[in-house]
Amino acid sequence: MSAPILQPGAEPPAEAAGDAHEHADDELIVARSPSRLALQRLRHDKVAVASCAVIVCTALLAVCAPLIARATGYPPNQQDLVHGLSPDGIPLGPNRHYLLGTDDLGRDILVRIAYGAQISLLVGVVATGASIAIGVVVGLVAGYYGRLVDTVLSRFMDVVLSLPYLILAIALVSLVGPSLWISIGVIAFFSWATVGRVVRGQTLALKEREFVEAARSLGAGGPRIMFGEILPNVVAPVIVYATLLVPSAIVFESTLSFLGLGIVPPTASWGNMLSESLDFFEVAWWFVVFPGAALLLTTLAFNLLGDAVRDAFDIGTER
Amino acid sequence: MSLLRFLARRIALGAVVMWAVASVVFVAYFAAPQDVARLIAGRQADPATVAAVRRNLGLDRPLLDQYWSFLGRLLRGDLGYSYTNSEPVTTLIHQGLPVTVSLAIGGAILWLIIGIASGVLAALRRSTAVDRGITGIALLFYSMPTFLLGELLLLGLFYELHLVGFDLFPGGGFVPLTEHPLAWARHLLLPWLTIALVSAATYSRLTRAALLDVLGEDYVRTARAKGVAEWRVTLRHGLRAALTPIATQFGLDLGTLLGGVVVTETVFGLPGLGQLLIVSIRHEDLPTTIGLALLASAFVVVANILVDVLYVVLDPRVRLS
Repeated sequence: MSAPILQPGAEPPAEAAGDAHEHADDELIVARSPSRLALQRLRHDKVAVASCAVIVCTALLAVCAPLIARATGYPPNQQDLVHGLSPDGIPLGPNRHYLLGTDDLGRDILVRIAYGAQISLLVGVVATGASIAIGVVVGLVAGYYGRLVDTVLSRFMDVVLSLPYLILAIALVSLVGPSLWISIGVIAFFSWATVGRVVRGQTLALKEREFVEAARSLGAGGPRIMFGEILPNVVAPVIVYATLLVPSAIVFESTLSFLGLGIVPPTASWGNMLSESLDFFEVAWWFVVFPGAALLLTTLAFNLLGDAVRDAFDIGTER
Repeated sequence: MSLLRFLARRIALGAVVMWAVASVVFVAYFAAPQDVARLIAGRQADPATVAAVRRNLGLDRPLLDQYWSFLGRLLRGDLGYSYTNSEPVTTLIHQGLPVTVSLAIGGAILWLIIGIASGVLAALRRSTAVDRGITGIALLFYSMPTFLLGELLLLGLFYELHLVGFDLFPGGGFVPLTEHPLAWARHLLLPWLTIALVSAATYSRLTRAALLDVLGEDYVRTARAKGVAEWRVTLRHGLRAALTPIATQFGLDLGTLLGGVVVTETVFGLPGLGQLLIVSIRHEDLPTTIGLALLASAFVVVANILVDVLYVVLDPRVRLS
């Protein structure tokens, strides 16, 4: 990937890789930045477009959750043991009133899936954002300063990557008590190291390049070089990993919730819905299948999109 | 560097990691909001009883003092007493271990078999419907949380088959291997599949990529020119090169394996260490929770050292650094 020409003192925003483009605007042959090329390729990738559509639908579902609740007349946490269950106390299957059926407490599954989408996307995006921020900083520092700093940080990343994260996460959550923000924190803590390792590797190679030397000879210090010169050049792999971290954060959250250590009921999350459905799968398949489908479609869409983004940027990453 | 020095370094690093994990656990233990003595003595206990419990547990001693004795006990393999069962944590672990070991080893073997076999098939049928199908199915399972796959397998392969009078897979329970090997495997088949299918995708991809890399090499062409059968070329020459990345990935995935075991035991109601962990958390049984977390970390640290050694054995070109 070519090094973008950066003005001294330019901010290092995420789209900094597109800066090279602007310098060539008035030329006959318009230079296309790597990110613009990637976007073009993505637009022609049917799988990527379909995945984006699914993600947009999930986001709409999350945003419209209060509207759906109002339209159906069933608030997400309101139990209705009289109308929402059969006379034998069994959840109702999909019907005119409850499009996707009811759960064991007579609550509308559609409404709860919509509210669960809020949680999943919130956790997915925030935990990924935090992991990326930590991973990028640690990776840049380790790769740029090298020597002891690198050894210590790299070992630390290796350790974080190899530990039995789910077990340590649930042990930690059990000590402080489950909540949304604890879940996000724990997920971010066990996810940043993947990004850190990738950024470190790229930084090691990039810091030997001429443009970094040029910046240094102009008097740029460590932070300026790391964030102004090197960071714009690692944007592509970081975007790929960000796309792939979202589904794993969603899976992580749903697993914590499934084990009763994530989102605290009665707040709906796809994980705790599926946990409640475990005792009812023999009499209420819809209770398992619909939340499960929502969860699977979302993670699958993000994973497919991540693969497509990686192909579009034409970089190899292992998974 | 000799293999022995390499080993010594890895073991030293492992010890540091274990010390760090134990220290974090110790800090978390005391930062936890629960008053342990109050928890054990019960809500109705008078202050004198609570104080007595605190003294018995040594919780009234200076923090650093407690820290040293905590580390000392760990070194002797003493994980303390469970608050709820009044039994040593090690005894509880001993009871659940056969279930968890059966589940983890069987699941890991099955995931390697499924992953490598599908990767080989995808590489041999490269760019065909078979290749795309395998890649798609692998990604589908990869996107699925373990507990969801477990629930769906229960619903599809246990319950629906059971409805039509076809009881191929039991829906839960555990039979010790020594009691009835066949029943043991039958009961664990669905849990094994659950663990294996979620993780197989990574290995399928790794194997496919490594094979495609290698099958174009000169030495593979030479082998073919000598008239070596195609399956033999693939397995002996191609797969050999894929083993190193697979071993590396396996080391990284051991933590995932343990997490998967916890979830799978919960879904299928298997009385193993994962269940013990979840129950201990519900009952705020700190020594058991901490003991299991430390055991899991120790397992991963030791297993990673073994994987590193295996790595050197598999690929003599690896420099020991």
